[in-house]
Amino acid sequence: MMITIELTVNGSKQNVQASPLARLIDVLREKLRLTGTKEGCGEGECGTCTVLLDGEPVNACLVPFGQCEGRHVVTIEGLVNETNLSSLADAFIERGGAQCGICTPGMIVSSHWLLQHNPTPSDAEIREALAGNICRCTGYTGIVEAVAKASGRQGGT
Amino acid sequence: MQSNVRSQGWIGDTPARSDGPAKVAGTARYIADIAFPNAIDASVVRSHVPRGRILGIDFDPNFDWSDVTIITAKDVPCNEIAEIECDQPALADDQVRHVYEPIVLLACEDKTKLQRAVQRVHVRIEQLPALLNVDDSLACNPLVLGKDNVMCSYRVVLGDAKAEIERAEVVVRGMYEVGHQEQMYIEPQGCVAYWDDAGLHVVGSMQCPYYVEKALAHALRLERSRIDVTQSVTGGAFGGKEEYPSVVAVHVALLSKKAGRPVRMIYERQEDVQATTKRHPARVTVEAGCDRDGTLRGIAVDILMDAGAYVTMTPVVLSRGVLHACGAYRWPTALVQSKAVITNTPPNGAFRGFGAPQTIFAVERHMDRMAEAIGMEPMAFRQKNLLGIGATMPTGQVLNGSVGVQECVQRALEKSDYLRKKSTLGKANSPAGATKVRGVGASVFLHGAGFTGSGEDRLKGAVELDLLKDGHVRVRSSSTDMGQGTETVFRQIAAQAAGVPFENVSVATPSTAHVPDSGPTVASRTVMIVGSIVESAAKELGERVRNEQQQHGGSFAEASNRLLEREGTVVVHRRYAHPAGVKFDDATYTGTAYPAYAWACDIAEVEVDLDTFEIDVVGFWSAVDVGRAIHPVLCRGQLDGGALQSIGWALCEEVQWKDGHILNPRMTTYIVPTALDAPPFMTDLVEEPYTFGPGGAKGIGELPMDGGAPALAAAIEHATGIAFNRIPMTPERLFDAWNESQRERR
Repeated sequence: MMITIELTVNGSKQNVQASPLARLIDVLREKLRLTGTKEGCGEGECGTCTVLLDGEPVNACLVPFGQCEGRHVVTIEGLVNETNLSSLADAFIERGGAQCGICTPGMIVSSHWLLQHNPTPSDAEIREALAGNICRCTGYTGIVEAVAKASGRQGGT
Repeated sequence: MQSNVRSQGWIGDTPARSDGPAKVAGTARYIADIAFPNAIDASVVRSHVPRGRILGIDFDPNFDWSDVTIITAKDVPCNEIAEIECDQPALADDQVRHVYEPIVLLACEDKTKLQRAVQRVHVRIEQLPALLNVDDSLACNPLVLGKDNVMCSYRVVLGDAKAEIERAEVVVRGMYEVGHQEQMYIEPQGCVAYWDDAGLHVVGSMQCPYYVEKALAHALRLERSRIDVTQSVTGGAFGGKEEYPSVVAVHVALLSKKAGRPVRMIYERQEDVQATTKRHPARVTVEAGCDRDGTLRGIAVDILMDAGAYVTMTPVVLSRGVLHACGAYRWPTALVQSKAVITNTPPNGAFRGFGAPQTIFAVERHMDRMAEAIGMEPMAFRQKNLLGIGATMPTGQVLNGSVGVQECVQRALEKSDYLRKKSTLGKANSPAGATKVRGVGASVFLHGAGFTGSGEDRLKGAVELDLLKDGHVRVRSSSTDMGQGTETVFRQIAAQAAGVPFENVSVATPSTAHVPDSGPTVASRTVMIVGSIVESAAKELGERVRNEQQQHGGSFAEASNRLLEREGTVVVHRRYAHPAGVKFDDATYTGTAYPAYAWACDIAEVEVDLDTFEIDVVGFWSAVDVGRAIHPVLCRGQLDGGALQSIGWALCEEVQWKDGHILNPRMTTYIVPTALDAPPFMTDLVEEPYTFGPGGAKGIGELPMDGGAPALAAAIEHATGIAFNRIPMTPERLFDAWNESQRERR
């Protein structure tokens, strides 16, 4: 069974047809070709597919499409423009917060949410906010430093 | 992070990594992101028993198979995955040798139907007795390989270690054990294959496109000229995408040929953890002797590794383990013996460190035991015996340069305030009844860069540099970037050597139809070995343009354009040549085992909660001799990231087994460190240049994996008095050991 739902993705209203049980990640990637949202584990553990749903970070692999009627979804594509990087995205490059890059979109979505709610987080608060996003490459040093830098602080070790 | 060399030119600078903007914006295309028109998905039917005879494969007659492409062993032109050996079939034919062994491949346009189809294939297997661990294998219960189940064996002999140990004033014996480790790259394995008039194309997540090409040519009996293998942006690998992608590639190539359309196989996490290679578990026995003043006399090491069901990279992993087994110390005599045995578990393979973390854990723990036996502070004992220039290693290799280990130790001790913490923290200094205790521990280690022994000499990796319009330069090599920053550092090296701006250098996507074989992207060899070829080729290219400038004038760009107009193409092809005098004898295991070593000292500080037995790593100091940091931010990224993998292996990462099955094949159950588990890393770069590395750089990709586990074991011992000889050191194990120690005290 397919249903058609209206939802707002990165600020634009969309009518999307999919099975109500389809995962939001698949709808984003396959129906809307928003492939910036990556899949790492498919069970809500790694945080790689983090998107904002009505402003809150969620794992898009755990959200059924049927629950998205009228809701606002923000993906990495809605936050970062490759040719005009935000200071947060730029800090990820400068401080070595992105290596293989597969966790990076989710990491930036979570970091963005943190900075919206706490513009001057301590290193401990950054680590707490990003504890649901697994990175296997960096040891998190560059990530913590990047978020600190984006908050206007030269911090993080 | 600090560097003691001021940047001059591009080497040592920190330009933005080339792939950065696309990665932070989510526009980088990994294999799952690339649209292949008309592609269908694929899945694998696997064994369910660790060892058995296949009696038959039944396809449910009540299922509609009309739109499902099916491949079994009989469809494979040459049913072997060509790696070091060709012992692993692409699909099991008569026998299965581990529980996740592939037997049938399916592809179907409808993904949901594909999953149902997998359930409708029933493989009838007569179960046979299986080797579930190394003890079964050693006992030959049953015998499945040769006369003793031993897959390979190496030995290093320096003098008469046994006799020298017997004569030593103090002799210490110990046994150390380490388990499997899952690479847990965040992007799972994946490849897509399609065929056209030119032949076979495979695109995928991989470290070594030429390994994949070789496997495809062998299994499908194709000319190499009819195959093009292209690396897509790769979301982490850590060795896990060294040899395994050959299996995925052969599978999709077979399906695609039969289906007549592109076939895509992206593993789900559980399948990836179950079926792909892991770090070899090892049991290492050490006997060593020293005098009461701390002078080392001799060491005898016996290494046993679990190879799993097929060879994959095992001989080379074991060899690297052997060559690192004596650590960073001057042993006047040494005897290292080793073997890897076959078991009916998924084949183990490459994982960052490649045998060295296993044996370095053992030798470093053993150094702590020896220091304790003679009543010396462990770091003082190590410092007394460190290798240095002019020292002889167990293979007879004499170190002739770039040995920064003493400096690493001094800096790490100083920055971490180790000695003060050693005397003020720890169990001995904690008040009775304290619920939180702190401790510090250290390790000193080395890692050989480049292939073991004569490997680089035999391979002679190649790169090609193209002169492009307006004085731009393109590097073509098969070295892949899987996150470590290859593309960026190659641009830096080429820019510096050719004398052009960083922005004017580009790096071609590794694709076997368009880049020469630079060798695989493994063994901490990319910067040091391949980078050195890039450096010399770029130098030559720059000189050719400057000669043209001198003869006929104009700018670098104008001279380049004139050259191109006159000659059509301007390409410099270079192959690696081993530095003169670097020789290794594979038969006797003597000579120069590695052209250069990176060195390091790690110091860990932990806080142990004696109510919950949680172990919190509160600080981690690393001083690392990298030769020269081409890009200090990327270099530190390798060191910190590798150290955290080592911390994970030491504290929480454990593959649990039952009857040959993995009990925890998910990210929810196989725990890797989060940002909250990771300590702050205080990483210090020491730069003792290596003459033949680009700008003096040495390979450092694997080194940081070696030192974390023994440093943590020493820190936990300092905090709690409990000496672990086995990892992971989980809260449960610490709880048991603590209760045991409290009972002993009563």
